[in-house]
Amino acid sequence: MAVPGCRVAAGAVVSNIKDDAVPDPVPTVIATRHLVKTFVVGDHQVKALRGVNLDVPRGEFLCVTGPSGSGKSTFMHIVGCLSRPTSGQYILDGQDVSQMSKNELAVVRNTRIGFVFQGFNLLSRTSALDNVELPLLYRGSALKTADRHRRAKDMLEAVGLADRASHYPNQLSGGQLQRVAIARALVNEPSIILADEPTGNLDTRTSIEVMGLFQRLNIERGITVVLITHEHDIAEYGTRIVSFRDGHVVTDRPVANRRTAADELANLPVEAEAV
Amino acid sequence: MGFLMVLRVALKALARNKMRTALTMLGMIIGVAAVITMVALGTGAQSSIETQIQAAGTNMIMVSAGNFMSGGVRTGQGNASTLTPEDAQAIQDVPGVQYLAPGVNTRGQVVAGNLNWGTQIQGTDVDLPLIRSWPTARGAFFSPADVASAAKVAVLGAVVHEQLFGGDVDPVGQIIRINNQPFTISGVMSSKGQSGMGQDQDDVVYVPYTTVMKKLRGITYVQNITVSAASAADTAPTADRIAALLRTRHQIVDEDDFMVRTMEEMASVRVQATETMTALLASIAGVSLLVGGIGIMNIMLVSVTERTREIGLRLAIGARGRDVLMQFLVEAIVLSLVGGSIGIALGLGLSEGVTLWMSWPTKVSPQAVAVAFVFAAITGVFFGFYPARKAAALDPIDALRFE
Repeated sequence: MAVPGCRVAAGAVVSNIKDDAVPDPVPTVIATRHLVKTFVVGDHQVKALRGVNLDVPRGEFLCVTGPSGSGKSTFMHIVGCLSRPTSGQYILDGQDVSQMSKNELAVVRNTRIGFVFQGFNLLSRTSALDNVELPLLYRGSALKTADRHRRAKDMLEAVGLADRASHYPNQLSGGQLQRVAIARALVNEPSIILADEPTGNLDTRTSIEVMGLFQRLNIERGITVVLITHEHDIAEYGTRIVSFRDGHVVTDRPVANRRTAADELANLPVEAEAV
Repeated sequence: MGFLMVLRVALKALARNKMRTALTMLGMIIGVAAVITMVALGTGAQSSIETQIQAAGTNMIMVSAGNFMSGGVRTGQGNASTLTPEDAQAIQDVPGVQYLAPGVNTRGQVVAGNLNWGTQIQGTDVDLPLIRSWPTARGAFFSPADVASAAKVAVLGAVVHEQLFGGDVDPVGQIIRINNQPFTISGVMSSKGQSGMGQDQDDVVYVPYTTVMKKLRGITYVQNITVSAASAADTAPTADRIAALLRTRHQIVDEDDFMVRTMEEMASVRVQATETMTALLASIAGVSLLVGGIGIMNIMLVSVTERTREIGLRLAIGARGRDVLMQFLVEAIVLSLVGGSIGIALGLGLSEGVTLWMSWPTKVSPQAVAVAFVFAAITGVFFGFYPARKAAALDPIDALRFE
């Protein structure tokens, strides 16, 4: 924790082992310290992240914005344990993830993090149910087939797709695909959901529906949500907005007038068919 | 992840991409089946020739007269007049000799009623049916008395019988004319078919060698002496003893005026030819295996992009590198086993079919089956597994974004 220039108190991360300070009421789930990621492209070194310090308390709905090339996706991939930082620390639930082995990271991805991609990334020619079930196959403690089916079905029901369980990805609309992906992210009951431009491929109404789903998960299940978007109005569904530029965090502010997807949906003109 | 789970995931992945699965298997099936069929054809030809040689008798020794020179003109083998019936009698006493038949041949026109047929007239001795293990179909071979008296008796080959009488008529006792001399038919040989050298062994008339010498050709020597050794193992030493005896009898100083050859020596040339053919077929098969292998490789490599993304996705949702590798390994093994097995079945079926419909002899070689299967399996597993290993070593996000 001896990183110089650390903006946020490091005490939050290790609060549970400190006994002198006032106990922190909300524990920090994601904490990064001077996170640096450098890509080598040909002869050039591209510095995607130039030292990012960020703390996310449990239960927060954080929206990350910034122009393309600002490093927000790279940041998200590191937070999601999909790639590892060149230097710096990433502490997840008080554990230094940047020092973990590949197999340990796989367990973290499987059990603690649910990742939602812009491009859905579902297995083709595989039913919605099987797609949602996929993370259950890689659990440490194996589940019986019937239990896996039941949990996957429950998740599909939670995202409102119980009747589409046997459909293949090519038979589903964009909004439905993203909801299947969200169900997949939820199936192992992670404490964090990371979403990389989840509404990037969706129309306005579907976007609001998907954001509503995230808001519900955030409020009802207390899941910490970190969401990347370059649309400012989408970012306002969160509780806090952080914006990136050139590999740095440039602004960090709470959302003053938070939008609520459920209310907006109720006010939207009724369409013939919800997507 | 337990093995059953890996198997289930792998089978699901194979079922998801039926076209790719089918194409990969096709490569294996064609490669394996081609090798098995080609080698079966080659081996079949080889063993059918070996069988023919066995039937001709591996313990046979041919003694033939050498060439002779007259005014600088050298005639071919068997034309020297140095081999005599007395030589034959002497050979009879050589240890290891079981049967023996002096031979003199001529061509002749054979006439029966209003039909005639030009054929080989072979003068031989009474032991010929024993040496060649060749029984008569009708009547009997001529007797020692016939040989002693140079009697005009004839035994017809099956082809000659067919040509002069039709196959159904019993000609025993009837008279035929050979080169205008009347011969009584004493028997008809059973059909023997082609020899290992490709001659029709049934297009022949056998008469006592003494008759050919005295009545048909007017000579005092024989062209060859067919000997059978008491045992196959004793053939070569017996041949050597015969050669030594003849050298003494003919007072040879430098060059032999005769030749002693065993059937095995003659056959070896033929066997070599079929071995060459088998090698040729095997190399054709090898090429088809290679082409099949390249097919397998191409399908596997073409799908690398798609599969790398799949690996990235599986890693992203919490699969360990090992889980993914196991899945791909099992996929490759299942593909290879199923494809290889179908290939083997098809290869066996084709070999059987070639024998059935084209009457070519085939003999499936277990080694060819094993080599083809193992090669196809190794190709399949390597090209299925190797790209997966590379992909699983990537960071999940790099695998997901692979292009």
